[in-house]
Amino acid sequence: MKFINYLESITGIGIYPLCALIIFFTVFIMAAFMVTRTDKKTIEEQKNIPFD
Amino acid sequence: MSAQIERFEYDNKIVKQFAYATAFWGLVGMAAGLLAALQLVWPGLNFDLPQTSFGRVRPIHTNAVIFAFVGNGIFMGAYYALQRLCKARMWSDMLSKIHFWGWQLIIVAAAITLALGMTTGKEYAELEWPIDIAITLVWVVFGINMFGTIIKRRERHLYVAIWFFIATWVTVAMLHIVNSFEYPVSFFKSYSWYAGVQDALVQWWYGHNAVAFFLTTPYLGLMYYFIPKAANRPVYSYRLSIIHFWALIFLYIWAGPHHLLYTALPDWAQSLGTVFSVMLIAPSWGGMINGLLTLRGAWDKVREDVVLKFLVVAVTAYGMATFEGPMLSLKNVNAIGHYTDWIVAHVHVGALGWNGFLTFGVLYWLIPRMWRTELYSKKWANWHFWIGTLGILLYVIPMYWAGFRHYEMMSEFTPEGPLRYAFVDMLDGMKNFYMLRSLGGALYLIGAVLMVVNLVKTIKKGNFQANEPAEATALAKVEAAHGKEHWHRWIEKRPVQMLIFSLVAVAIGGIMEMVPTFLVKENIPTIPSVKPYTALELQGRDIYIREGCYTCHSQMIRPFRSEVYRYGEYSKAGEFIYDRPFQWGSKRTGPDLARIGGKYNNSWHFNHMAEPSETEIKSIMPSYKWLLTTPVDTSLMASKILAMKAMGVPYPQGYELEAVADMRKQAQTIYDDLKVLDDEGKLYRGDNGESLLNRDTEIIALIAYLQRIGTDIKVKEPEITQAK
Repeated sequence: MKFINYLESITGIGIYPLCALIIFFTVFIMAAFMVTRTDKKTIEEQKNIPFD
Repeated sequence: MSAQIERFEYDNKIVKQFAYATAFWGLVGMAAGLLAALQLVWPGLNFDLPQTSFGRVRPIHTNAVIFAFVGNGIFMGAYYALQRLCKARMWSDMLSKIHFWGWQLIIVAAAITLALGMTTGKEYAELEWPIDIAITLVWVVFGINMFGTIIKRRERHLYVAIWFFIATWVTVAMLHIVNSFEYPVSFFKSYSWYAGVQDALVQWWYGHNAVAFFLTTPYLGLMYYFIPKAANRPVYSYRLSIIHFWALIFLYIWAGPHHLLYTALPDWAQSLGTVFSVMLIAPSWGGMINGLLTLRGAWDKVREDVVLKFLVVAVTAYGMATFEGPMLSLKNVNAIGHYTDWIVAHVHVGALGWNGFLTFGVLYWLIPRMWRTELYSKKWANWHFWIGTLGILLYVIPMYWAGFRHYEMMSEFTPEGPLRYAFVDMLDGMKNFYMLRSLGGALYLIGAVLMVVNLVKTIKKGNFQANEPAEATALAKVEAAHGKEHWHRWIEKRPVQMLIFSLVAVAIGGIMEMVPTFLVKENIPTIPSVKPYTALELQGRDIYIREGCYTCHSQMIRPFRSEVYRYGEYSKAGEFIYDRPFQWGSKRTGPDLARIGGKYNNSWHFNHMAEPSETEIKSIMPSYKWLLTTPVDTSLMASKILAMKAMGVPYPQGYELEAVADMRKQAQTIYDDLKVLDDEGKLYRGDNGESLLNRDTEIIALIAYLQRIGTDIKVKEPEITQAK
């Protein structure tokens, strides 16, 4: 039996994964946004901390 | 103004102490594991003693490996890396010392109390309340020391490894405190603050995240420091490591309910656990790939450098375990793996591969450096690597096989209708797998012994540097006239902000899952016929917990045709409202006991406990002979009832005063029933043929409890239609 059958049989299932996904992706996109905004020099500096 | 160079010394002594403790407790924990594994093949190795029986050895093994071996490994690596990454000595030598000795004392106390049967009966959180408090205090000491060091650092940026250490600290503190709420009855006995389904949810929220934040995040911190150091090149992608960190700590905390699929936990909570578990594969593999790609262009080094060999296999094992985890969270896969040896295989890929090999790699890297010498024998280290790898394979492959076999045998019906196999048939089929597993474990232990000998010889020829001189530029003060003042200030405060952000990230998941389970009444439906345990049954239940019966027996029948047919009506959430702690278990080395009440008569239980092979020749259960002669301790009876009442169990008014009398009365009925058979010589007797039947012994209380389990709701016998 496919996994979806179990999910479909649960009342009100839709809302929980939806909430979870929204919260996660908000955090994820914020983190990704921050990371891409950080300039290369800072990243290089931080990357090399163990070797300084 | 030129920056001032400051001279200081790194504290290597504390790293050395934690390294010694890691090696020592590693051997102890692995030896306990090997003993437990052998006991499943040769039950005689339980030695008929309470302290050495499987139900007590298994928690000693898990606690020793997790909190003593890996715990000391975390502190060893973190104390070494943190000082270098912050360019500062640990904040306080005294706190380092208190942390070290406090932690060792806790480990010794844990080993003694667990052997004596003082346990809360909650997996991986078995230690009783005074030790829980000691853990909290020592953890706070570690936190102060760590944050003190971070605050006085000479490096402006916090390297990603430190983020992982901070998240570890704050989350473990939260998990430990929330899960350890218990009501003390005496100095070494308490009852869980939560009951039944709620207890199960809190426990697995804790249990799963202990794996996440004790066995994973601190070791990821070590990975991000020691792999670049050993390979002598920076981490593959620092940007990826940042996303790895936030995604991982955010997702992990939600995944706990995947340990409770198909149980009486509300369905929505189970689904939530599944969804987040599946998403977890993304950050986990992101981290693994980041670790492995750090070695891009340096794979030739892996051939020669034994440290890198260990680290590469560790990260690969992490990848395997974190692929398997999300797969096992799918309900249809979980239906196969849960309660079987598949889970044992899964956790050992993580424990032996990820934690064990990473620790070995770090030890092989650290010791020669701190003793300013070369490793005594690279050849031995290579032998260790291959013996260890072979050990892991010999351990996990038979266990995977055993897991599938367990599931198939337990769910197979004959064309005529009935189940094809009895539980013992399956158990009998496990023997060879268990033997191979023991061999794998033994090889792994031999490898670890070889490492310890190698390291001792390295230490002997080396020259230890307790205080390693270093110098660094003092962190410039933020100047008021500086245009980017705000940004700088934000950076200065970052460790504290990191702590707060981490706490928020990990608290969201826990709150979203637990609040509805605790507050919404429909989530825990009550059943009118479910009544509190009698005094005698409560005593019996405490004995059940003390002997660690939950390490082999579940009390949770899933709603599968095969399980309902084998064990009886599937378990309902409302049946467990008086269970503190819940005893659902996580592994079926023995059959489920959720409907054991009334299944056998009292004498069967009496004989079974005295000598399991008398009632079932193929049983591998240890003998519990001491229950036949140990008198029930009634001194805490009133306190126990009062504790239960304080937590809302509806005992009649003044029941605490009548509890002992009530206990004797119920014991008398069981005694009378057994007496008839004893007189006929059908009851287990002592070596000289003397009767061992005594109304006031623990066996009577345990029988009372076993006969009660699952009887509150009427069991409907399944209709058996035999096709002729």
